[in-house]
Amino acid sequence: MTATTSDATTRRDFLYVATGAMGAVGAAAAAWPFIDQMNPSTAALALGTTEIDLAAIQPGQQVIYTWRGQPLFVRRRTPAEIASAKAVDVSTLPDPLARNANLPDNTPATDADRATKPEWLIVKGVCTHLGCTPTVSTPTAPEGEYGGWLCHCHGSAYDTAGRIRKGPAPENLAVPPYTFLSDTRVKVG
Amino acid sequence: MSGPSTYIPKSGLEKWIDQRLPLPRLMHDTMQTFPTPRNLNIWYTFGGILTFCLGVQIITGIVLAMHYVANAGLAFDSVEKIMRDVNYGWLIRYIHANGASMFFLAVYIHMFRGLYYGSYKAPRELIWILGVLIYLLMMATAFFGYVLPWGQMSFWGATVITNLFSAIPVIGQHIATWLWGDFAVGDATLNRFFSLHYLLPFIIAAVVGLHIWALHVPGNNNPLGIDVKSPQDTLPFHPYYTVKDAFYLCLYVILFAAFVFYSPDFFGNPDNYQPANPLVTPPDIVPEWYLLPYYAMLRSVPNKLLGVLVMGLALVTLVLLPWLDTSRVRSLRFRPVMKQFFWVFAVDCVLLGYCGSQSVEAVAFGIPLVIVARLGTVYYLAYFWVLMPIIGLIETPKKLPASIAQSVLGDKAVAAAE
Amino acid sequence: MHKALKLGLVFGLLAFATPVMAQEEGISTHRLPPKKVEFEFEGAFGKYDRAALQRGFQVYKEVCAACHSLNRVAFRNLGEPGGPGFSEAEVKAIAAGFKVPAEPNDKGETTDEQGNRLTRAGIPADYFPAPFPNENAARANNSGALPPDLSLINKAREHGPHYIYSLLTGFEEKAPAGFKLTEGKYFNPYFEGWNISMPQPLKADSVTYSDGTKATIEQEAHDVVTFLEWAAEPKMEERKRLGFGVLIFLVVLAGLLFASYRKVWADAH
Repeated sequence: MTATTSDATTRRDFLYVATGAMGAVGAAAAAWPFIDQMNPSTAALALGTTEIDLAAIQPGQQVIYTWRGQPLFVRRRTPAEIASAKAVDVSTLPDPLARNANLPDNTPATDADRATKPEWLIVKGVCTHLGCTPTVSTPTAPEGEYGGWLCHCHGSAYDTAGRIRKGPAPENLAVPPYTFLSDTRVKVG
Repeated sequence: MSGPSTYIPKSGLEKWIDQRLPLPRLMHDTMQTFPTPRNLNIWYTFGGILTFCLGVQIITGIVLAMHYVANAGLAFDSVEKIMRDVNYGWLIRYIHANGASMFFLAVYIHMFRGLYYGSYKAPRELIWILGVLIYLLMMATAFFGYVLPWGQMSFWGATVITNLFSAIPVIGQHIATWLWGDFAVGDATLNRFFSLHYLLPFIIAAVVGLHIWALHVPGNNNPLGIDVKSPQDTLPFHPYYTVKDAFYLCLYVILFAAFVFYSPDFFGNPDNYQPANPLVTPPDIVPEWYLLPYYAMLRSVPNKLLGVLVMGLALVTLVLLPWLDTSRVRSLRFRPVMKQFFWVFAVDCVLLGYCGSQSVEAVAFGIPLVIVARLGTVYYLAYFWVLMPIIGLIETPKKLPASIAQSVLGDKAVAAAE
Repeated sequence: MHKALKLGLVFGLLAFATPVMAQEEGISTHRLPPKKVEFEFEGAFGKYDRAALQRGFQVYKEVCAACHSLNRVAFRNLGEPGGPGFSEAEVKAIAAGFKVPAEPNDKGETTDEQGNRLTRAGIPADYFPAPFPNENAARANNSGALPPDLSLINKAREHGPHYIYSLLTGFEEKAPAGFKLTEGKYFNPYFEGWNISMPQPLKADSVTYSDGTKATIEQEAHDVVTFLEWAAEPKMEERKRLGFGVLIFLVVLAGLLFASYRKVWADAH
């Protein structure tokens, strides 16, 4: 084979490879809108904020709101519940992290970092195991051994700070981003 | 598919698969080495373009169905949510809406190409008939799809077209009511149309499979309309026709993109941006452009039943076409008389489309368009039922070239090769 | 006729490209062709004029919104890219300035003792509230006529923006001799039939623009039509921008494919 034909072959190969690559890039780029359309729409994203009026919630009571299509637990804790949560040694917890969207990721799971205003515990009502909604525990109708919640799907038990204590769930119940607009009004999201 | 296979498995894995499911062999024989006449021109690239169009419609359609709500109270809103809120929803919907027009544009070019080069003649009758079946399924699919946005034109188009069936004596009204699932076009109608609109494209895809299978038995016709006689007449499908099809497909996509991005409502109707209102009919009911010639035929006949029958006959005629053409020669290149009538026929179809787009009372140059449409309908039918059989018998065709290779490469090259 | 003209183009049938409409007896009340006016958003590179969108929003809010709903537009849209470009704080303030129907209160009520709809201040996720609770109420307040929703009006009318502009600036005090105006209607030759139920909505200084633009009828109409075009086609700028990139890409790809095609076929002739 002479040098000339070899050069021609190289040039030809390069052209074919460039054309094929360009076509492949186009096909890949064209795929993106078809993938992205399944992400939440702008209308869904716009509803990501909810304002809650806390005035009517009694001590010891939990009210379930909807936030981003999922249950949101707002629990007004009694002094006894706060005290029991504060008494726990963080190093003994299965998940020692606060899982609080308002604080840095490595914040320890102390009660103060789970609930910035001790009376109000606000967590997503989604079990961190496989997404069921845990059932709230009250003195008259206890659920689980830790006074918080029990998830009936697979038996994960949470304490009064929403921290996982027993069962297959790997993490504490997530604390969503929220801000208190006043003493009785909180904005979630 | 036809002839002995030239496939030689390149690896142990290919061999293993080939012995169990000869899919690699099928791909190799039909898309790689398939002997294809060397003289196919630009008009033969539309088969590939059509496959692309079908794929685009199915993919965008599946995606739209993820967001669309087939409910008379919510359909219009859901389409607007797709346009405003869904990520890239506007793009996907505009591709789908314009894709229908691009699909029909390509199918009409494909059909006129077949008509011009005699691709429906023996031994390719079944390819043509399967093609007509695809065309009819496309019309049904497009009609169902046009109803889904539930705008004014959707609703009234559905009302008018389904009322065609009420022209059938005795049972017509029952058929219309059965189609509606109510006493008028309504929620039940919308739901079944959505179901059928989702189903039919997959049936089209299946018939396209048969169409291509049937094509691979005799192989492609070509602009000369003469048979392939020696290997010199052909080239392997890949790379010659893959690259040619890809180039022309890319040009077609440029046209497609120009509509989608810069004039997305060009083929649309403003009335369809008003939600369906069963109490108010828009002043002019106009079907989509690709159905206009038939719409003109329908309206040109003053009797309801006869109008529907004429329109039906115009479609059935296409199925019978292979037996209406009596000529021994396929390509109109060699039929000077019939060629003239072909171009008149092409203009006639455009003219019918124009008549269909105008209001019923429209007049052009002092001639009521309904008269023009009537004459156009007569010519359309006469072209197939009178001109084709008679001219085929009496016309003297020009001399055909000896072979494709000789026509393309010239006598010397053929002699040298021999 | 717009549709007809477009189809005439599609079919390219030149000989019949000028249809002559059947003339009625006496004066024809067929609407006049729309006025010639230019908008910044037209053309392949046209964009919305942000200032015009904001002024147009003011015209809609202070004039049109008294009778016309804008159901498909949410306050949040006002701050989205390609739109009027209000800041997040401005959008919140605009939303809060509107009263939207409230959710049922703790007692499950949606109306107060007098039967009035309970309302709350709007938030960005809310949609523009309609001026009337339902179609019958809208008709009862407008001598039987229904003011159409304006979200899609520019796309739902032939000649879209040009038609709306002509309509808004086309009111005349006196109908021409030979034309009998229907009782309770207004004369506008750009409206089919020339009788329109809507009284002239825009007058000079109907609004006071904060940016100092002189509020002539033409200016107000131009601004509100720009705003309504955005309301109907909020993704136009994104569409044209993406389209430009796609077309450039396709042209380059076509060039490469053409070169490959010529190379492959070079030895076939």
